[in-house]
Amino acid sequence: MTAFLIIIVVALLGITFWQLSKIFKLSKPIDSNDTQIADNKDNQNQGKIFLAFMIFLYGLMIYSFWSLSKFYLPESAAEHGYEYDQLMFISIGIIMFVQVITQFLLHWFAYKYRGQKGKKALFYADNDKLEFIWTIIPVIVLAGLIIYGLFSWSEIMNVEETDDTLVIEIYAYQFDWRARYSGEDGTLGEANVRLIEGVNQLGLNENDPYSQDDIIVNELHLPVDRPVLFKFRSQDVLHSAYFPFFRSQMNVVPGMVTQFGFTPTTTSKEIRNSEYMIDKVKRINEIRKENDNLSEDEKSYEFEYYLLCNKICGASHYNMQMKIVVETEEEYQKWISEQQTFKELTAQN
Amino acid sequence: MSVAAQTLANDHSHDEGHHHEQTFIEKYIFSTDHKMIAKQYLITGLIMGFIGISMSLLMRLQLAWPNESFWIYEVLLGRFGKDGVMDPSIYLALSTIHGTIMVFYVLTAGLSGTFSNLLIPLQIGARDMASGFLNMISYWLFFISSVIIVSSFFVESGPASSGWTVYPPLSALPQAIGGSGLGMTLWLVAITVFIASSLLGSLNYIVTVLNLRTEGMSMTRLPLTIWAFFVTAIIGVVSFPVLLSAGLLLLMDRSFGTSFFLSDIYIQGEVLSYQGGSPVLYEHLFWFLGHPEVYIVLLPALGITSEIIATNSRKPIFGYRAMIASILAIAFLSTVVWGHHMFVSGMNPFLGSVFTFTTLLIAIPSAVKAFNYITTLWKGNLQMNPAMLFSIGLVSTFITGGLTGIILGDSTLDINVHDTYFVIAHFHLVMGISALYGLFAGVYHWFPKMFGRMMNKNLGYVHFWITAVGAYGIFFPMHFIGMAGLPRRYYKFTEFPYFDDLADTNVLISVFAFITAAGQIFFVYNFISSIFYGKKAEQNPWRSNTLEWTTPVKHIHGNWPGEIPKVYRWSYDYSKRNSEDTDYVIPGQDYIPQNVPLRENEEELNH
Repeated sequence: MTAFLIIIVVALLGITFWQLSKIFKLSKPIDSNDTQIADNKDNQNQGKIFLAFMIFLYGLMIYSFWSLSKFYLPESAAEHGYEYDQLMFISIGIIMFVQVITQFLLHWFAYKYRGQKGKKALFYADNDKLEFIWTIIPVIVLAGLIIYGLFSWSEIMNVEETDDTLVIEIYAYQFDWRARYSGEDGTLGEANVRLIEGVNQLGLNENDPYSQDDIIVNELHLPVDRPVLFKFRSQDVLHSAYFPFFRSQMNVVPGMVTQFGFTPTTTSKEIRNSEYMIDKVKRINEIRKENDNLSEDEKSYEFEYYLLCNKICGASHYNMQMKIVVETEEEYQKWISEQQTFKELTAQN
Repeated sequence: MSVAAQTLANDHSHDEGHHHEQTFIEKYIFSTDHKMIAKQYLITGLIMGFIGISMSLLMRLQLAWPNESFWIYEVLLGRFGKDGVMDPSIYLALSTIHGTIMVFYVLTAGLSGTFSNLLIPLQIGARDMASGFLNMISYWLFFISSVIIVSSFFVESGPASSGWTVYPPLSALPQAIGGSGLGMTLWLVAITVFIASSLLGSLNYIVTVLNLRTEGMSMTRLPLTIWAFFVTAIIGVVSFPVLLSAGLLLLMDRSFGTSFFLSDIYIQGEVLSYQGGSPVLYEHLFWFLGHPEVYIVLLPALGITSEIIATNSRKPIFGYRAMIASILAIAFLSTVVWGHHMFVSGMNPFLGSVFTFTTLLIAIPSAVKAFNYITTLWKGNLQMNPAMLFSIGLVSTFITGGLTGIILGDSTLDINVHDTYFVIAHFHLVMGISALYGLFAGVYHWFPKMFGRMMNKNLGYVHFWITAVGAYGIFFPMHFIGMAGLPRRYYKFTEFPYFDDLADTNVLISVFAFITAAGQIFFVYNFISSIFYGKKAEQNPWRSNTLEWTTPVKHIHGNWPGEIPKVYRWSYDYSKRNSEDTDYVIPGQDYIPQNVPLRENEEELNH
């Protein structure tokens, strides 16, 4: 594919330069009658090119939807994402509807009313009715979208903490993530960057009884179907915790704690076995097989959820990620019981 | 008010005859003549545009072939491109300076500065700006600012690299990224000087439009270009000072240890003493300018388009008053929507709801404008001059880019496309490409006024079609990789195997980018050669109504040799028929310039 594209580029560049030299020749002032103002012939030609351009534009849109819309993320792995995707598809539907119609009118008029010698334009300065119509239609459509959007927004953002909610701190620093679980007491211990020292990399207050059983890990494990509330804390600069598969994102701001909550609904195992992911991984592995820069291990890729940094944070911003595993409650309990608590960590050193 | 201006201007015209000969420096360098200052703005802006676009090509090269080396990196970036491998931090610097240059230096100064200066006095019938001297200062501050921002590339630790929004703490701490050292200081200095330049210019434009209109030029007879420049200047005066305050506070955090934006920071094994500040405050201050800035960039382009579409359709602009109303509505709303850049910044979700509401409201006046343009084309007699092609192109990209704004402006939908390539595609189409089309349209249309010569139309056609195809080729597919969750400001995507199958699309986008950039060679050649060898222009080549075409082709100080023309009508009497509907008002001529008195055989309109 790449080689093919390179050939196209080279060919197009060749044509460009060929045309360039031709046009330079043509552009030399030979005809003193040429006023450099569009004449009848130009109007006709350019009008027709507008029609051709419209076809190109529609072709490009069709191509993009046909062969690129498979890039849209897989079905949401979080509960609220279902509504998110629905709102997204409705919005895309509306804007594409408007796009198709208005681009048609614009280019069609450019073609249809291209200048012609002797033709007279219509003096048409105002029509209150028309203007009213195209003010009121956007008003109605947008009002609908706003109301729909705002309902989803407040539902997503106003997370209610219940007994069942799992509270996890996501801690960001240049250029990695840590997750902190509250342990058996269900409460995160106090922390501040001023307390960072030695193994206490997140600045937990060692005297706070709540922090003793906290568990700090560099891989995020989430039990399926249980609401999670993330508390975000940054050590140095702005970061953004972006969970694309869970339709979630929140900036991580030094000096304050931000939050975002969702309920994962699809385990890692399930999504790996979904039709979407099987296709996607197959495509990716075909590409990776031909990539000589990769070691044999890297060539076979298996999908894992990830969390990535989405706010420019420094030179290695492009590689600040954390693996996420969504698993059953039993698997989760088993995993968490194997992890070291903060107390054990400090005692070791 | 305009009567008083008229008498004043008449007094001025008496000394036209015995004018002293200008020296080279007075005429070309420290000129106070608005036409010369406009040219200075244009040429500086175009040079900055060349630099800014070149940077984007380097980024596209890196994104398309991330693991390959290119000698061009070493040539252009020096030690940041050692052995032809681009340094990750210089990639961020490129994107930072590309954004800064394109937004401020090209599309604010190069577009609004050029055409406000050229057209405000000429189209309202004034001898010059209210203050020629301040106008000159404004240009030279812009020039100094341009030199500073370009020179920041030669700083050892690299230029500012925290994104064009320069969010602290990244931009405040040299420990966090090299570019936040001297490079960032230069960025702040350059922007401060730029703001001073912009304010001087804007105040001048406002005063000139309000006070120096010729007799008969009421506000409702102003061409839409002037309305756009006027309102743009007001937005600039309202919002640029806020950026200055943000910059100043950032400077104090950086240099004097204050904590406006910084708190609780541990970096490189050390706790910093900052306490109590908030980066979110900076974001509010920045976007209070940042969002109106979009309209500072866009409104002049829309104004230019209105004028060019009407002239070349040989029709009045449809819904003149609605156009003014929507300019005013956009201007007002533009100052209350900044929060839509911050839906996931950690600010209160309730604020997000408010900003969603105001943001989607702004789609209404924008939609009105788009429909009015389309209706202006309807049943016209379209003269396909290059300026007209760019204007139609602008309407097309304005619609395409504007529509995706409905997705980004919706706080819910923004969650998952925020800071992805979807955003890049959106704003490049709606403000980048659209405003550039406005710039090109303006250059093709007013070149005869600026340089007294015509640009070559065939080169103009080639330039337009390559650009039109290329721009959509770059930015339409880009929406889709954005919806795949591809983040912006990533040096490469190969650390995520999940993005591997997007690589081909990235190559495709880069290829279109190179072709489009190559297409600009036609413009550069056409522009330069036409200045010297272009066909001599006639006085009113586009058969236009506005006053600038009543001035002689050769520039003179004071614009009109005799008295300033009086205005009797609005500027859109194209193809107006006489009251018997037998012919045009002036037989055989489909336009009536603004300085032609009303005739007996025509119906008087509300203008």
